[in-house]
Amino acid sequence: MTCALEITNLHKIYRNGFVALRGIDLHVEQGDFFALLGPNGAGKSTAIGIITSLINKTDGRVSIYGHDIDTHFAEAKSCIGVLPQEFNFNIWEPIEEILVNQAGYYGIERSDAYSRAEHWLRQLGLWDKRHEIARNLSGGMKRRMMIARALMHDPRLLILDEPTAGVDIENRRTMWDFLTRLNQQGMTIILTTHYLEEAENLCRNIAIIDEGRVIEHTSTRALINRLGNETFVLDLESRVAELPHLDCHAVRAIDGFTLEVDIDQGAGISSLFDALNHTGIKVLSMRNKTNRLEQLFMQMVDDRRHP
Amino acid sequence: MSASKQWIAFKTIFIKEFLRFIRIWKQTILPPMVTTSLYFIIFGNLIGGRIGEMEGYRYVDFIAPGLILMTVITQSYANTVASFFGAKFQRHIEELMVSPTPDYIIIFGYTSGGIARGIIVGFAVTIVSMFFADLGIHNFAILMSIVVLTATLFSLAGIINGVYAKTFDDISIIPTFILAPLTYLGGIFYSISLLPEFWQDMSLANPILYMINAFRYGFIGITDIDLWFSYGIILIFIALLYAYTMYLVKAGHGIRS
Ligand SMILES: Nc1ncnc2c1ncn2[C@@H]1O[C@H](COP(=O)(O)OP(=O)(O)OP(=O)(O)O)[C@@H](O)[C@H]1O
Ligand SMILES: [Mg+2]
Repeated sequence: MTCALEITNLHKIYRNGFVALRGIDLHVEQGDFFALLGPNGAGKSTAIGIITSLINKTDGRVSIYGHDIDTHFAEAKSCIGVLPQEFNFNIWEPIEEILVNQAGYYGIERSDAYSRAEHWLRQLGLWDKRHEIARNLSGGMKRRMMIARALMHDPRLLILDEPTAGVDIENRRTMWDFLTRLNQQGMTIILTTHYLEEAENLCRNIAIIDEGRVIEHTSTRALINRLGNETFVLDLESRVAELPHLDCHAVRAIDGFTLEVDIDQGAGISSLFDALNHTGIKVLSMRNKTNRLEQLFMQMVDDRRHP
Repeated sequence: MSASKQWIAFKTIFIKEFLRFIRIWKQTILPPMVTTSLYFIIFGNLIGGRIGEMEGYRYVDFIAPGLILMTVITQSYANTVASFFGAKFQRHIEELMVSPTPDYIIIFGYTSGGIARGIIVGFAVTIVSMFFADLGIHNFAILMSIVVLTATLFSLAGIINGVYAKTFDDISIIPTFILAPLTYLGGIFYSISLLPEFWQDMSLANPILYMINAFRYGFIGITDIDLWFSYGIILIFIALLYAYTMYLVKAGHGIRS
């Protein structure tokens, strides 16, 4: 089956001489939910810019559903819907018009475009704002409007550059559900995010970019399995005087009421509870110290910075 | 992209461009009407009477066609330069760049917006002119074709300016330092036969002279220059500017890093 996105040996040197991409290879299967991760300045938006024809590449190949972006640009572009990281709409235009015009650029009749605009504006909770000029939307609304805009022509591949930046918690959950549904209906989705919880919850496959190179390209599950151990934080009912000995788990006291426990991959959590029962310590609540993927990500990027 | 889809994309850009300048009519349609009225009051009524006749016509009647065409020139240019630069500045040109709309449709679309503004404002100042000057129509087809061609030419020029412009200042440099002098020296206010020979020859290098003369011919039936030669010059300029605009947009000059 042809890949939704296939990138080979992509290089980008900006005009000022800055080398943003040093030969990246990526492939995203049809129907995948894919996360492109990496620290600030890694080259994620540069790669997305090239895929969507907003940035000229220096070298390499990009093909979208088998259409090369150089030789079959119209076909390739028709497959993609993109949410850029930066706002790029006319702030003086009413948002409904922004959507309808966007559809027009893909050759969609105006009457059809209006009904599509209604559909997506309702889905994204912006229908009441349809006559508002874009400037009058809040930051999170602007981002949702841009997602609606990206969907106007029914793209097969949706690329979202930080879709939930500046979106509140409730809307973020709603957006996750929304994206999951789109993916279930068959749309391939690629997103970048700095909330690794988001990538862990949504994405089946992950690539990590750092300093213009792909340093990891695998499934989310495989990546998380690689985590050697997980650290949990326990809030206790009463102060413990001395550090309890918990069989086969490393324990640290943060303060009298809080403990940190490392659990090795595969050991399972129930063994911890058994051990706790023996000591008679009452645990009020328990949480991951960091998100699992976040922990891994930090390790990987750290290892590269201080080898 | 199929021809019918390209047509839809073109219409979309046109509608967008059209609504843009209509929405801000106080900045786009009204000011030229005021300016033209002032020209007529001063050069037509106050001073014109003392100047007497120009090529056998009342001075006010002689200058009216040039003033109308000058408006067409400045308005079509202003429309595309402002709109294209604005699209770049706010980055919404990217809406078009990510879409399959071909480059030439983008250029046609923006150009058509400039032409529409040229025609509409040109029409508005023609109405204003009728209060001051005696405008008979000698040849309507020539009038309309010259307006459309002139507006096309300067819409393209405006896009080129918009492509190169990096700041808001850059969009007024060309109109002020090149366009305005060429227009004023293009025979709006005088027949070039009044000039010394050297300046007559110099004037012939000014493309705007050909447009104004042909346009005046459409109203009063006289011209300093052969009509077909005028059309030829205008068409050559349009072809050159179009090729250059196409080259710039294709290369993504000033748009794609
Ligand atoms: N137009 C440009 N000219 C020169 N350098 C640029 C340009 N655009 C981006 N860069 C540089 O390229 C590098 C990669 O930028 P990019 O925007 O792709 O990063 P990113 O991974 O998207 O980061 P973030 O998570 O902060 O969005 C950065 O160092 C940036 O400074
Ligand atoms: Mg980015």
